[in-house]
Amino acid sequence: MHSRRNFIKISSIGIGATAITGGAIKWAIGASSSQKLSGGLKSSPVWKKVPTYCEVCFWKCAGWAYVTEDGQIQKIIGNNDDPQCNGRLCPRGTGGVGMFSDPDRLKTPLIRVSKDGEQTYREASWDEALDFIAKKMKEIAEKHGPESMALFNHGSSGKYFTHLLNAFGSNNVAAPSFAQCRGPRDTGFDLTFGESVSSPEVTDIRDTRCLVLIGSHIGENMHNGQVQEMSEAIDKGAVIITVDPRLSTAASKSKYWLPIKPSTDLALLLSWIHVLIYDDIYNKEYVAKYAEGFNELKEHVKDYTPEWAYGITTLKPELIRNTAREMANAAPSVLIHPGRHASWYGDDVQRSRAIAILNGLLGSWGNRGGLFFKEGFKIPEFPHPEYPKPTWSWQNTLNGRYPFAKEAVTNTIIEASIPEDGKEHQIKGWIVSGTNLVVSIPLKEQLMKAMQSLDLLVVVDTMPMEITGFADVVLPECTYLERYDDLRATAHREPTLALRMPAVEPLYETKPAWWISKQIGERLGLGAYYNYTDFKEVLEWQLKQVDLSLNEMERVGVKKFARKTPVYIQPGLDHQFKTASGKIQLFSHELEGAGFDPMPKYTAHAQPEDGFYRLIYGRAPMHTFSRTANNRNLVALMPENAVWVNPQVAELWGLKKDQYVWLKNQDGVVSNFPVKVRVTQRIRWDSVYIVHGFGHHHKPLTYAFGRGVNDTELITSIKIDPIMGGTGMRGNFVTFIKDKPRQEAKS
Amino acid sequence: MKEELFVSGRNIPNIDPYLNIWHWQIPIYLFLGGLAAGILFFAGVFTILGKEHKMQATVKKAPMIVPFALIFGLFMLFLDLKHKLYFWQLYTTIRLESPMGWGAWVLMIMTPISIIWAASYVRELFPKWDWKFKFLYTFEAWVIRNRKIIAWPMAIYAVILGIYTGILLSAFNARPLWNTAILGPLFLVSGMSTGAATIIMMSKDHKERKIMGRIDILLIIIELFFIVHLFMGFLAGPEVQIDAANLFLGGRFTAPFFAFVVMLGLIFPVVLEILELNGFKVPIYIPAILVLIGGLVFRFLMVEAGQITRYLY
Amino acid sequence: MRYAMAIDTRKCVGCSDCVVACQTENNVPVGFCRDWVVEVVDGTYPNVSIELRSERCNHCDNSPCVRCCPTGASHFEDGGIVLVEHSKCIGCGACIEACPYDARYSHPEGYVDKCTFCIHRVRQGLDPACVSVCPTKCMNFGDLDDPNSKIVNVLKNRKFKSLAPEAGTKPQIFYLV
Repeated sequence: MHSRRNFIKISSIGIGATAITGGAIKWAIGASSSQKLSGGLKSSPVWKKVPTYCEVCFWKCAGWAYVTEDGQIQKIIGNNDDPQCNGRLCPRGTGGVGMFSDPDRLKTPLIRVSKDGEQTYREASWDEALDFIAKKMKEIAEKHGPESMALFNHGSSGKYFTHLLNAFGSNNVAAPSFAQCRGPRDTGFDLTFGESVSSPEVTDIRDTRCLVLIGSHIGENMHNGQVQEMSEAIDKGAVIITVDPRLSTAASKSKYWLPIKPSTDLALLLSWIHVLIYDDIYNKEYVAKYAEGFNELKEHVKDYTPEWAYGITTLKPELIRNTAREMANAAPSVLIHPGRHASWYGDDVQRSRAIAILNGLLGSWGNRGGLFFKEGFKIPEFPHPEYPKPTWSWQNTLNGRYPFAKEAVTNTIIEASIPEDGKEHQIKGWIVSGTNLVVSIPLKEQLMKAMQSLDLLVVVDTMPMEITGFADVVLPECTYLERYDDLRATAHREPTLALRMPAVEPLYETKPAWWISKQIGERLGLGAYYNYTDFKEVLEWQLKQVDLSLNEMERVGVKKFARKTPVYIQPGLDHQFKTASGKIQLFSHELEGAGFDPMPKYTAHAQPEDGFYRLIYGRAPMHTFSRTANNRNLVALMPENAVWVNPQVAELWGLKKDQYVWLKNQDGVVSNFPVKVRVTQRIRWDSVYIVHGFGHHHKPLTYAFGRGVNDTELITSIKIDPIMGGTGMRGNFVTFIKDKPRQEAKS
Repeated sequence: MKEELFVSGRNIPNIDPYLNIWHWQIPIYLFLGGLAAGILFFAGVFTILGKEHKMQATVKKAPMIVPFALIFGLFMLFLDLKHKLYFWQLYTTIRLESPMGWGAWVLMIMTPISIIWAASYVRELFPKWDWKFKFLYTFEAWVIRNRKIIAWPMAIYAVILGIYTGILLSAFNARPLWNTAILGPLFLVSGMSTGAATIIMMSKDHKERKIMGRIDILLIIIELFFIVHLFMGFLAGPEVQIDAANLFLGGRFTAPFFAFVVMLGLIFPVVLEILELNGFKVPIYIPAILVLIGGLVFRFLMVEAGQITRYLY
Repeated sequence: MRYAMAIDTRKCVGCSDCVVACQTENNVPVGFCRDWVVEVVDGTYPNVSIELRSERCNHCDNSPCVRCCPTGASHFEDGGIVLVEHSKCIGCGACIEACPYDARYSHPEGYVDKCTFCIHRVRQGLDPACVSVCPTKCMNFGDLDDPNSKIVNVLKNRKFKSLAPEAGTKPQIFYLV
């Protein structure tokens, strides 16, 4: 089969060599060239302080970028007025300077061409690239309809391309963070409480008296506000209970660490529910007032005793009982943390339901120390004509599956991009913005097949990530430090507005996403949807509507507003949950109606064979997925990942600290690169642990290439959650290969 | 079981994984310093004892190489500096607590003394030498008249220089291998031994060689005693010092230490010299060169191994 | 006036924000660091515990580095902060050898560099960069001679330790355990 889209492995074709505008880049590695910048003993030069909010992760902490006289970004500090970060950024935010000064950044638009039978990229002007995209999009619309254009996005830039596609006539917008990450959790809580736990989560960790972490490794995942609040909780003497097969950082600070056997979490949750109900220690008042389905639940968990759970989870019954009692003692100021990355084994919605039910029994939703009600500041949308109504959208690609998916499921859109005779809803073009699909999406074969069949693949990114190797057109976006963006109006404890404005002009030929979107839109005749010249006008208009000014926002960066709605359930007052009945659904009629278990049941999951170990993956506080693996400031902290191996296993295999091994999974896939071994007592003997985001195999990422191992290439066994399409990825097992394996031909 | 690691990826050049700030320049400097100290000490002592005419090489020939050794040593020290343009700052203050500072000042005093001493014998060894300037001839005459008086401070400073090469290391008690008071005397004796070896090599007088040979045997035996004492002290000390000692007793420095320093550098020469004194014909250069090699290797090993040892991590 | 730091190992999560913040604040070249985070793992699974510590120069009271500096480049400034005067430093490396905490390094520009307790910020009444960025607020900086300071309070109420006390250097960074 002729593969029309070869992965272009370019080391350097003079990308950007001819196109450095906006000032030369003096980037210090080793030789620090500017004496006057020495924040040391000499007096600091006059710097500009520019408000922005961080884009390194979704928390979007507001901060100040300090710009030097010669146009460098010296440092980025948190904005003291921002309740999301309280003036303290996390290491990735502080290291955002590295994203700006990364020498491997995409610098000019690139167009795929065929040269001497080989496919490669050539630099192009913006006009050329944008004309090409518009032309192709028009063709697709004529042949198949505008709905055949899809968008995969992550981050602030997605909004502009969503607007473009909506104006174009397509609703097919997917964020991998749904089906690959938080989707099952949002669905589980939605089915129970009528709404999801949002992003950022409405967890009241600051005031909780008992924090239960099951499937959450706060401290290694650096959700800034949550880490800060956990620290406050520790100061206040809160009890922390962590359930993790590994001694995570949070587990090391917990009063109780439950070293659970992996994949058995539902058993533990059900037995906790059992103890709360049958020991009569659940929050009776709350349940009587706000929940329904209690009797069915009681009957359902009758046999899920701690003794039963012991046999499955290897956790002693007294431990299960004691921790349940701690939770009950602290109720309602108790929080079973909903977690974030919840796509594990394919029954993840049910597991999240169990967590939600547990919260419901303890009365944490709507109470201090549990889950609060969020409120955001309403900012009016900039006026534009109404979007055309698409004739079909992503729901049609579900083909009857995943009835509870409230957001697009990435894999169904990918599936719809593979041509089949007689297929009704065909996707022919993709825009990919801010997400490295090649590394983040499981079911690689399906992804590759889809990408090969597209008429158009546009990638918008700041870095030459792996996905750019498959694009027809690569558009270089500028970083968050070089552009205006929408006002941040996230809903959380306090309504706030945060401004992002450019600290410096975009480097090289990069452009902000709003500009790219507008340029494409205008070429498609959608100029009416972009009734402004500079995005600054949009901000000025929006702020004027709410009696604020851009000047003021530039001065303060963040504005806080008083809440208009209560943050907790008011004592004496009633509360209506957003479910159909207005009450918490301990028993889910919706699920029953769709043919699923109305209450979670325990199912056993696949276990590793002899000589194989479960691949557990997670985060490190100094990195964000694969995005920061090239950031020089952050790789100085963690240049590569390591595979955590229990000392007994290491002895069995003859593995030593800092030795490099290859990993092979249950389907025979061998990792591209070797990984360093860390022999540690923190991990169980039946599992290995790797931090996600390394093992880049795209050479233009000159630092990240070849460092560490990519866990996602070893994740080939996927269990799809039938309720909303989440892709469970923790059912993969690896073994060690000590000698360099023969390289297999890669397609 | 304890596992210790840097979470933040610390990997500073020359500091991690092991300290390696002082390279080959410092051991060479220490060796030359010890050698110079030894030669000048013997030159001074024998002058004081009035035995110049019997110990020609000791008093006249060997001190000729000392100025070159000291200047070369200083140059090594200069090469080791990483902020070279500011080297002159070394001579703007006297800091009594800094052994590095002592070194600078002691050398500042020794070098001129050694030059003067050597210069005063130049015309004896090289009759055609001409000072050209009258004041130099006057100065030379003065020195020759006052040699016995000059010999006193020279001998004393020579001892200070010899001990200093050891104290320089032992002042850094952050490095467990160097945190022992015996390093000063050890390096002094080692320096004197290398000095004696040089003198033996340079001397043509059989009687002189015999005397220096006997002195060298004594010095080597004392040095062996000090080394045993050094390791006994380590093994009776805190864990970090036991680990430091183990580098030489089973660790990676065991082979070079026992082969080059102990066997070739100390035991072989002393045996050969004893045999020689009892009438066996042994080429004189062999034990002398072995002692010199042993001394040099010893300093290399001490400087490198010392930087590897540490209190933490 | 005696400046010191008290760091709460109970709260530190090892995120290394202190390392990056110091880097951007003080222009520390990438590849070098003035502070770092150490993790110590003790025990056998599942009876394991870890300790996380952010370490840096301890600005010791009885500092061997100041003592051994031949030119006086290493000296004490306000409140006992140990600094290196770049124009006096000859790069001999004695202070690097003398430090039992391996807190110093040879800067590519030739002089010896290390944590300065961000004295330029302290003089303006601010905390050092690492202290002010730490998301868990586990770091406290202050004047031990001020009975009302937070650091004195925290040292009164918690158990603490310092590193390698047997080295005799009287370090001024205390780890709350």
